[in-house]
Amino acid sequence: MSAGAGTMRGVRSGSPTRRAVLAAGLGVTLAPPLRARPSRTLTVAAFPLVDQIVKDAAPAWAQRHPDVGLNAVMRQYDDHHTAMTTALSTSVYLPDVMALESSFVGKFSNGGGLSDLLQPRYDIGRHRARFVAYAYDQAINRKGQVVAAPTDIGPGTMLCRADLLERAGLAEADLQPSWDAYVDGGIRIRKATGAHLIGNVKTLKDIMIRSGLKPGQGLYFDSDSNVLVDTPRFHRAFELALRARRNGLDGRLATWSNEWAEAFRRGVTATELGGSWMVGQMANWVAPGTKGLWRAAQLPEGTFVSYGGTYYAIPRDSNPENKALAWELIEMMTLDRDRQLAALKTQDAFPALLAAQDDPFIEQPLPFLGGERARLLWREAARHISATAVHKQSNFAEDAVNAELDNVLDDGKDIRQALADAARLLELRARR
Amino acid sequence: MRLPPLLRLSPKWAPYVFISPFLILFGVFGVFPLCFSLYLAFQSWEPTGGLRAMEYVGLANFAFALKDDWFWMSLRNTLWLAIASGVPQHLVALPLAAFIHAAFKRLRDGVIAVYFLPYITSTVAIAIMFYSLFSQDYGMINAALAQWFGLPHTDWLTSAAHIKPAIAFIVFWRYVGFNTVLYLAAMQTIPGELYEAATLDGASRLRQFLHITLPGIRPMIFFGVTLSVIGGLQLFEEPFILTGGKGGPQQAAMTSAVYLFREAFDFNDFGGASAMSWLLFLVVALLTWITNLAFRTRRGAA
Repeated sequence: MSAGAGTMRGVRSGSPTRRAVLAAGLGVTLAPPLRARPSRTLTVAAFPLVDQIVKDAAPAWAQRHPDVGLNAVMRQYDDHHTAMTTALSTSVYLPDVMALESSFVGKFSNGGGLSDLLQPRYDIGRHRARFVAYAYDQAINRKGQVVAAPTDIGPGTMLCRADLLERAGLAEADLQPSWDAYVDGGIRIRKATGAHLIGNVKTLKDIMIRSGLKPGQGLYFDSDSNVLVDTPRFHRAFELALRARRNGLDGRLATWSNEWAEAFRRGVTATELGGSWMVGQMANWVAPGTKGLWRAAQLPEGTFVSYGGTYYAIPRDSNPENKALAWELIEMMTLDRDRQLAALKTQDAFPALLAAQDDPFIEQPLPFLGGERARLLWREAARHISATAVHKQSNFAEDAVNAELDNVLDDGKDIRQALADAARLLELRARR
Repeated sequence: MRLPPLLRLSPKWAPYVFISPFLILFGVFGVFPLCFSLYLAFQSWEPTGGLRAMEYVGLANFAFALKDDWFWMSLRNTLWLAIASGVPQHLVALPLAAFIHAAFKRLRDGVIAVYFLPYITSTVAIAIMFYSLFSQDYGMINAALAQWFGLPHTDWLTSAAHIKPAIAFIVFWRYVGFNTVLYLAAMQTIPGELYEAATLDGASRLRQFLHITLPGIRPMIFFGVTLSVIGGLQLFEEPFILTGGKGGPQQAAMTSAVYLFREAFDFNDFGGASAMSWLLFLVVALLTWITNLAFRTRRGAA
């Protein structure tokens, strides 16, 4: 989902501008449908654009249940997840349905605050094969419970400015064979056009540490909470990020900052790595003026990673009388092909339901990408992505690793020392 | 008109009823969170599991906090910012107040209002304004430095070396007016005859400032410095907003208050965060006590 900027929250600066943009044009709450006079109301707590998707589903819901209103409570991305943490911790003001960005599903999954959807009354297990495999697996916790249902996904993709690449005598395919080829291409682009390869090399590190993970393996910790930071996967990512920085390939811009967006508008950043939803963000507010100049391609070195996604969950302690209805709404939002396609068409939410991925709409050309049929690429990518185990300390680990990368890039700290220091910090917390 | 006896407030209860709004609010928003955080400091709690998920762990959270490198780093950041923003506040506010006191008569209130304005402006508005002023390529601060001094553009908010001075400057700018008001108020209580007598004795303006003004407003300096010590050690809003709540490059702008907020809400460790907040309280209490010692009137003096 576009609003949930992915599992890589660390790359979001949380710039006020972006929030303002996301907030613009979106109502704070959604009134129940006017024609029915609902005797009861189902509350859905969501963040921007997801609330819109729920709102769009209101007429369909009203047909099924004219007596049950639908109330979508919207908060900004960070505020929403803070509010959900608070609601779960106190069991007060719990919504009937809770929208969660994928990294928070991992964070909340082992706390026991979310209902196990494998219980017979929900029985999500029988629908397992209908979802994109990794999206479903991502919601399984350590006890084997499924705590949320996937609704949209964010397959990772590489966006390139075709015109800048052409001036450097390159094509998208020249950047794809390996991460080294990607950086080599960046050096040529810099020489030929003066443009940076990427806004910030941190993004490069973020994707590289996710490549080559075995299904179910964690990013920073293994299943026994052993720290995995001081490993070749991280060393290589740090080394390549440093090489890119030393060659002046990044604009040293904080992702989502004004400068970062301005660089795209002025055409001084040649590529961006992110979720498929990045195209919608670029087209809508980051750099609408660059329409037609961009192309999408699979990530270098055959890397397939997930960049966020949205789930619906039912809190364990929510109103028991509404639980059946809550599940019915979730079924409608996640398993009804029409609803999934509506979310794709209006909000660029790439469907987690496989049946929705076979619609002809997926094959339509995207004007922002010069008419490329990029959704086919993303559908292909989604089939190669595997779920990543999320550790309780993942958020801290991400920040600790980012801080050490700053030390390496800005102060020339030795990479081995930096990763050893990060590992030491994580070991202190691994079993807390 | 007389109220029916049932609605009449007996004089015995009246004081308690009248003071109860404050006591109720203070209990709910002051005493309860305080006690709850002390309780939490001894628990391990996965918050999303609900209140029943708490588990008593003794002093483990305190031991963890004391071993955590980031806790110490955040304390160092906090002290750096408290000193770099606090000391100049008073060094500028004192002479500024003396100047306003001496130079303006009818315009004094207007002038002081201008200096006081940043203090009453919303922190969020201030942080957003400085966020764009400090912007590396499109900000006015860099544009001005380049125009007037030919300096290259500085990455104020994205480099660890520059973000601390940038934040210290904002905090300084925000509170210098507040301190000036404090000192100006204190100066107005010093009897004018003292200055007249000193002038007759041939004391220069500087000597008058050093020997009449400064001793005269000493209690207010103590008050102002104490507020700066406490405020500086609890610094949260400016670094939090300017770094998008993340602590900035290399966590250079992560103060203790920001860190313990993140420990709870970003890293889901409410027990650890509570322990850290009580450790921070000890530091604040200690430094306030030291400030008190430094300002204590020496025996026999004054």
